[in-house]
Amino acid sequence: MVAEQWRGGISEVTHEALALGRELADASHAKLTAVLLGSGGGDRAELLGDADLVLCLDHPSLDEFVPAVYAEALSPLVAGREPRCVLIPLTNLSMGLETLLSVRIGAPAVTFCRDLQIVDGRLQARCVVYGGKLEATLQVSGPTAVLGLLPGVRPAAAGTGTRKVEVEVIPVSLPEALKVRFKEHVEPEAGDVDITHQDALVAVGRGLMDEENLPAAEELAKLLGGAVCGSRPTIDQGWLPLSRQVGKSGYTVKPKLYLALGISGAPEHTEGMRGAGLIVAVNMDRQAPIFQVAHYGIVADVLDLMPALAAAIESRKDAAGHG
Amino acid sequence: MDILVVLKMVPDIVEELTLAADGTGLDRDQVRMILSELDDRALEEALLLKERHGGNVTALALDAPDLDEALFAALAKGADRAVKVTGAGEGPSTRRAATVLGQVLEREESLKPVDLILTGVQAIDDLDGLLAPLLASLLGLPFLGVVIQVSVDGSARKAMATKECPNGFQARFEVDLPAVLGIQSAEKTPRYVPVGKLRAAMKSRTIELLPASPAGEAALAASELLEMEKPEEAVQAEFLEGSPEEVSEKLCEILSGRSLM
Repeated sequence: MVAEQWRGGISEVTHEALALGRELADASHAKLTAVLLGSGGGDRAELLGDADLVLCLDHPSLDEFVPAVYAEALSPLVAGREPRCVLIPLTNLSMGLETLLSVRIGAPAVTFCRDLQIVDGRLQARCVVYGGKLEATLQVSGPTAVLGLLPGVRPAAAGTGTRKVEVEVIPVSLPEALKVRFKEHVEPEAGDVDITHQDALVAVGRGLMDEENLPAAEELAKLLGGAVCGSRPTIDQGWLPLSRQVGKSGYTVKPKLYLALGISGAPEHTEGMRGAGLIVAVNMDRQAPIFQVAHYGIVADVLDLMPALAAAIESRKDAAGHG
Repeated sequence: MDILVVLKMVPDIVEELTLAADGTGLDRDQVRMILSELDDRALEEALLLKERHGGNVTALALDAPDLDEALFAALAKGADRAVKVTGAGEGPSTRRAATVLGQVLEREESLKPVDLILTGVQAIDDLDGLLAPLLASLLGLPFLGVVIQVSVDGSARKAMATKECPNGFQARFEVDLPAVLGIQSAEKTPRYVPVGKLRAAMKSRTIELLPASPAGEAALAASELLEMEKPEEAVQAEFLEGSPEEVSEKLCEILSGRSLM
C-alpha cells in the first residue's frame, strides 16, 4: 500500500486503503506493508498502525508526490519483494503512478477499483467505468498487480489503527537529473466563500443548463442559509469560480445539508460530498449514480423544481414569521 | 514546437448504455461515440500553445466509429494534420491502444520530431491503465498528469506545467521535453466549430491513414475482464414523488424535521 501524504499529513484515502489492505491480508494470511515516501517518514509511520510493516523510502526528492519520480523509487522495491498486489489510492496527486509502476515492473494495472475481493482464492477487482454507469469485474493476474483505488473503498475510520508497527528505513538512489521537477505550490485564491465551512450547500451541475439559471440556485442557497457550489462542468464553463468546486479536483465538503441539483454523480464528484449529513439529489435521470449516495431523491427538471422549492420554503418562513 | 494530440472516441454516456450479449462490454452497435471530453481539452491546450509559440499540431487517433468527424473538427479548429491509425481492432483496451500508438510513433518518420504529446489524463473506459503514462513509459519520455496549464520555453527544451492538487491547491513543475502530459483542463473552454467550417474542412482537408503494426509479442501484462454490469440497484435514495410543488412540500417537511431550515 503506497501511502499518500499532502502537506505533511497522511491523506484520508490512505486510511481507506489501509482498511481494505488489512481485510485482504487477513483473508489470505498475507502481510500488509505500507510504504511512506519522503524524508523523515519514520515520524509518521505510527499513523499507519493497520499495516504489519512500514517501509520508509527516505529521499528529499520524494517529499513532493511526483508520480514519475515515485515510480522510479518504488519499482526496485516492488520488483524485489514481489507482493501479490500494490494498492495505490487514486487522487489528483497520484494519478498515473499505478500505470507507470505497472509498466516498469512488467505487471498489469487495474484502475478505478471500487472494491477488491478474494473469490475462491483469487483476487478480483470491481471497477467503475463509463462515469459510474457500469461496473466491471476483473480477475487480477499475477504474480504482482498494481491496483488504483477510488476514494471511499472503505471508511477511513476503519484504517486508523495505532498499533506499534515494525518500521524499516530504506535508502533510495535516484538519478540526480530528474526529468520532472517540482517547483512550487500555488495556494487557492482567498476572498471567496469558504464552501468547506457552510451548513448548507446548494450544488449545481450540468443539469442547470445555463449560467442564467444560477440566480435561482443562489436564491435557494440564501433561503437555506448556505452557499452555492458546483461540480466540475460548472467550473469549466465558467459559471462558478474554482473556489466553489466540490470533488476530486476541488474541495471535500461535509455540510449538514447538500442539495445536488442536476448533478449526475460521477465518482470524481461524489468523493467530495458523500460525507454530508443529509444529501438530497434532483436529477431528470432516475438511474443517475447520484441517487446511490443521496438520502432523498427527486426525479425532476431542476429548472421546475428550484422555483417551486423556493416558494415552498418562503411560504413556511412567512407562516413561521406570522405565527 | 511540434505537438501531437492523441484523441479517443468513447461512448456517449448521456445515452442509455446496452451491454453486449457476452456481458464483457458494451453493445457497440447501440452506442453513440463521441470525442473523450478531456481529449478535447488536450486539443484546445495544444492549439493555444501553437497560437503562442507557432509550430504544428497533429491529431492522432485509433480508428473508431464517428472518428472522422472528430478529426475534421480538429482540422477545422486549427490542427495541421489529422492521422488515423487503422487495423487496431474494435474498442481496444487502453494498454493495447497505447502499444499500437507507441509502435506507430516509433516507426513513422513523418510523425517526428515531437516536442510534446498531449492527451486527456483519463477516459471513462480506462480499466487497465491510463493512456498518457502508458505512452510515456513505452516511448521512454517523462510524464506529468492532471495538468491544467502548459507554457513552453522552446529554446531550453523545457515546459512549465501546472497540475491540480487537493483542496484547490496547484503545483508547478518543470518538465524536460519531449514529454507526455495528461491534460485535466485547458486554459480556455474548448473552442466551438461552426457547422460551416466543419463542412469546409470535410471538403478541403484529408485524414491521413496509417496501418497499425501487426500484433506481436509487444503485449503488456493485462488482467482478465470477467464481466460488466449495471451497478446493483444499491439506490439508497428514498424518492419523493409528485409534482414540483408536491415534492417541494415534502422536502420542506423533511428539512424542518431535521432543523435544516
